[in-house]
Amino acid sequence: MLIYSLKRIGLALLTLWIIITLTFVLMHSIPGNPFAQEGTMPDAIYENLQRYYNLDKPLLVQYGLYLQSLLQLDFGPSLKSSSISVNEYIKNGFPISLHLGTQALFIAITFGLIFGVVASLYRNRWPDYLSMILAIIGISVPNFILATFLINYFAVEWKLFPVATWKSWSHTILPSIALAMMPMAYIARLMRSSMLEVMNQDYILTAKSKGLANSTIIIKHAIRNAILPVVTVLGILIANLVTGSFIIENIFGIPGMGEMFVKSIFNRDYPVILGSTIFYSAILIFLILIVDLAYTWIDPRIKISEGKK
Amino acid sequence: MLSIFLVLAGCFSGEETSSEPATPTETEEPSGNEGTDDAVSETPAEGPKILRLNNNEEPGSLHPGTAQGTHDSWILEHSFEGLTKKTPEGEIIPGMATEWETSEDNLTWTFHLRDDIKWSNGDPVTAEDFEYAWKYALNPETASTYAYQLYYLEGGTEYNSAEEGADLQALEDAVGVKAIDEKTLEVKLAQPTPYFLDLTSFYTYYPINKKVQEENPEWYQEAATYVSNGPFKLTEWNHKESMKLVKNENYYEKDKINLDEVHFVIIDNENTAWQMYQSGDLDLVYPLPQDVQGQLLANNDPEFVKGPDLSTYYFNINNDVKPFNNPKIRKALAMAIDRQTIVEHVAQGGQTPAYSVVPPGIPDVTGDYQENTGALFEENVEEAKKLLEEGLSEEGMDALPNFTLTYNTSEGHKKIAEAIQEMWRKNLGVEMTLENVEFQVKLDREKAGDYTLSRAGWVGDYVDPMTFLDLWVTDGPYNDANWSNAEYDELVNVAKTSMDQAERMQAMHDAEKILMDEMPIIPVYFYTKPFTVKPHVTGIYTPINSYPQFIYADINQ
Amino acid sequence: MMNKEPKLTKEMFEPIQQQFHEAEKISRPSLSYWKDAWLRLKENKLAMLGLMIIIVLAILAIIGPYLNGYTFYEQDFTKKNLRPNAEHWFGTDSSGRDLFTRAWYGARISLFIGLMAALIDFTVGVIYGGISGARGGKIDNFMMRVAEILYAIPYLLVVILIMVVLEKIQRGIWPIIIAMTITGWIPMARLVRGQVLQLKEYEFVQAARAMGASTTWALKKHMIPNTMGPILVNVTLTVPTAIFTEATLSFLGLGIPAPQASWGTMANDALGSILIGNFYQLFIPAFLISLTMFAFNVFGDGLRDALDPRLRK
Repeated sequence: MLIYSLKRIGLALLTLWIIITLTFVLMHSIPGNPFAQEGTMPDAIYENLQRYYNLDKPLLVQYGLYLQSLLQLDFGPSLKSSSISVNEYIKNGFPISLHLGTQALFIAITFGLIFGVVASLYRNRWPDYLSMILAIIGISVPNFILATFLINYFAVEWKLFPVATWKSWSHTILPSIALAMMPMAYIARLMRSSMLEVMNQDYILTAKSKGLANSTIIIKHAIRNAILPVVTVLGILIANLVTGSFIIENIFGIPGMGEMFVKSIFNRDYPVILGSTIFYSAILIFLILIVDLAYTWIDPRIKISEGKK
Repeated sequence: MLSIFLVLAGCFSGEETSSEPATPTETEEPSGNEGTDDAVSETPAEGPKILRLNNNEEPGSLHPGTAQGTHDSWILEHSFEGLTKKTPEGEIIPGMATEWETSEDNLTWTFHLRDDIKWSNGDPVTAEDFEYAWKYALNPETASTYAYQLYYLEGGTEYNSAEEGADLQALEDAVGVKAIDEKTLEVKLAQPTPYFLDLTSFYTYYPINKKVQEENPEWYQEAATYVSNGPFKLTEWNHKESMKLVKNENYYEKDKINLDEVHFVIIDNENTAWQMYQSGDLDLVYPLPQDVQGQLLANNDPEFVKGPDLSTYYFNINNDVKPFNNPKIRKALAMAIDRQTIVEHVAQGGQTPAYSVVPPGIPDVTGDYQENTGALFEENVEEAKKLLEEGLSEEGMDALPNFTLTYNTSEGHKKIAEAIQEMWRKNLGVEMTLENVEFQVKLDREKAGDYTLSRAGWVGDYVDPMTFLDLWVTDGPYNDANWSNAEYDELVNVAKTSMDQAERMQAMHDAEKILMDEMPIIPVYFYTKPFTVKPHVTGIYTPINSYPQFIYADINQ
Repeated sequence: MMNKEPKLTKEMFEPIQQQFHEAEKISRPSLSYWKDAWLRLKENKLAMLGLMIIIVLAILAIIGPYLNGYTFYEQDFTKKNLRPNAEHWFGTDSSGRDLFTRAWYGARISLFIGLMAALIDFTVGVIYGGISGARGGKIDNFMMRVAEILYAIPYLLVVILIMVVLEKIQRGIWPIIIAMTITGWIPMARLVRGQVLQLKEYEFVQAARAMGASTTWALKKHMIPNTMGPILVNVTLTVPTAIFTEATLSFLGLGIPAPQASWGTMANDALGSILIGNFYQLFIPAFLISLTMFAFNVFGDGLRDALDPRLRK
């Protein structure tokens, strides 16, 4: 286990470095530069700005300078906003996005699992249909439409929640729901189909014939095995939560990382793009690592590093 | 009990738009009997007067020298003050300076500062603060985007365009601004500039507290270290989230300021901002979603204000791309647009169709400049068809090849582009492809000449037709159309340097005629500044080239 | 209750004369895997409903735009924002364009994008994941690492970057599809790989291998039928996810250029209209997306049930 873990960590670092390089190259190949203004500006000013941010140096030099500052954990200044450095952007934005994402994930997992299990146990009866209808709504309505409706009814009309911003806990509810709908629906469906498969397995039949109580069977055997595909997919869902949150953050005026991230792409704010990509990728890699290790723990039959015998 | 019910019923009836002037109970003056049951109003009748606004975007820089645009200037215009300022009617009046004189040759201006002016931290505002600020903005190492506004100063251009390795100190010393003493500022211009006084109220000309900046170059990045000299001071700044302005007790006219605090949120999404306004979380919304705008305008909603705006919406044509080098073809396109439909049904903000380039709101020798200009061309589909044919045959072509219109991503621009695309197809049988790109990309490509047609808008930096006409001089940095006309250049030059108002105005009118004759760009409409403001907020005025100003605003609950 | 036991006499029983191999014969008519699946599918009413809806949508996508004589691009501002009526069956949008025609024109684009993306993701994902899982060892390691690297760059960033880089060359449907599938196949690959890894250890596979079958043959004959379940569920969700992503791209201004329409751009255009009470403009594309989702879901469910050999009756 230890050697395996060390190997994985080493690979993770290598991955990160490759991502840094790839993103750096990709970004500087996008047309457009961050300093354009309506009506453009005199060349002198343009050149001053380029010089100030090292944009006039050859690409390789910029790359080197950047790696250097990265080693000191300094992501550099933002090109668009002189008052905040990238580090500050991340420091301010990440906890907020994390909060939003975690809340949404919690809602998604809890309700997703419940709906999925219930649907599978009451297959083709009304709980199944109800759960699946909710699931379909969750998957089929794009989250920006959902968010707009949520605001329109729950906030403006019925005044149950505030419309936007991130000031108090009640401000976090609508956005979390909007963000959770799709992963929740996804989990529900996956769990349902997975449970159905598992319930048909021989060992479940064995357990039943042994006389085990239904609830024991469900919890101890069925769910534990059925959850595997969901766990695989969890990593991806979490990844999507954090990026997909851009739209939610934009609509609800939440100052998180998602919003700043896509904004920076449109602004060609290279340091912010690089900084947040790297930071975010690092987290993703970390998460995938955890999922992989969890995988082995749940199903000991999988020997991941073994090859053909 | 019944009154609670009525109030709640009132909330529900104040539906999607605030277009029910007779019934909204939450905005009426509480006349004692309803006040206590009002479960919906956000601010108590007693208590601090707080104005709630949306800044739309996180400020790029709240330093007057490195500010980048309206998401910076709105706050700057209320926290700082320059040598002069403007009345709600747009007149230039003394600001930090009480009086000024010009020399015979109009090249030297001397400003005398007021006695009782202080920074928000108690320091006195001195002429040195102005000299320091202007030189800082011109310093090439500052990399200020608006430094060009200071090019009117002697030595300004040279200092700012210094090459690497140049003697910066010498160049800085040569810039034409000097503090003669604490209260006297002497300014030397590179050439006579008739609208210079107007410029002194622009934010690049604001002062900086020299002592504060020398001690802490990053003073402007956080509220705790922020020092300004205007009606309000910045007390809180949660980056990307919110800002708070509080009345500046050290401001010399603080008795004229009614508001206690101003709270800014940062909501990028127009629809959300409108919904916040509807639910009472915001007191003023600008800009408005287009459809909402149209409805408010159509219903004559009392909360809707159609403010003036000194800007023009137009299409750039790359005159270097065949066959758009031919003026007839360009004119044909211009004449085949139904501007009234666009203004009424697409933009929906009460704008006016533009048959010239310089928008209304600039005083001429007598009357309004744009009114005096009148319509320099007419919409006429038949004429347009003819011109198109003629132009094409002159260029040796049978038909106009498919070309691309580039616009920056936005719902509004998209709808306008679509409408015009359809108009040209219907009226001229011309095929056009639409392409939307990010704002930065569009500007880059315009500068590089990598486009055929592009959508553009220009806001006047100061109140004089020159701020528009200056755009299209040969090789001008803003001449994305790549158009060149010697006579035009001549006339513009006359208007720039002459101090005779009548002569200048005539020259500019003549220049504009040439511009519309050749049509290197196609004007579409003159902007307005439509916004909504809650009835309990009074005293908001809209200068022609900035956001609604709330310096003298008041809240009457 | 009377316990009527029939009297069993020796004469009632006759030994069945059989050859050895006959006893081994499977006494049911032999159906190929796919034929069996199709029969089972047909019985599933809900799944067939889904299939029907998909077919109807496809047909309408093809002929819909021609049904009422309006084009999808003609604007008539005197008729803007009309509710559905006799002339404009779905009403008009804020430029006076007929929504019925635009909805079906948009159907073409949205469905095409969805199906293409799902197809590409499925193909690449299954092949990649299948090989990786079946091979195991160093090859599996390497392949998964490469996938990981690609996947660790946030999806939206990849999509936007690709869109922006491609925007110089071409705009339209294909850049969107390419941008979405460049890393979109990875979840499928991981899923397949996971399933394959799991199944590799199952008894019947080990049995097959013990009998001398090669891994590829085992893959084809045994693994695929058994992994089809979750894979198909995943595919049926890819189609609407792709339509979704396209809608997101529209929100960001990177969608299909005007005046063309997809359900995504129609939904995005209509966002502002609900502020003034025109819900129908948003409802129509949203409903169509949901309907498509529903149809693909139940059909996919049915497919999964039909293709699972363990559910064979």
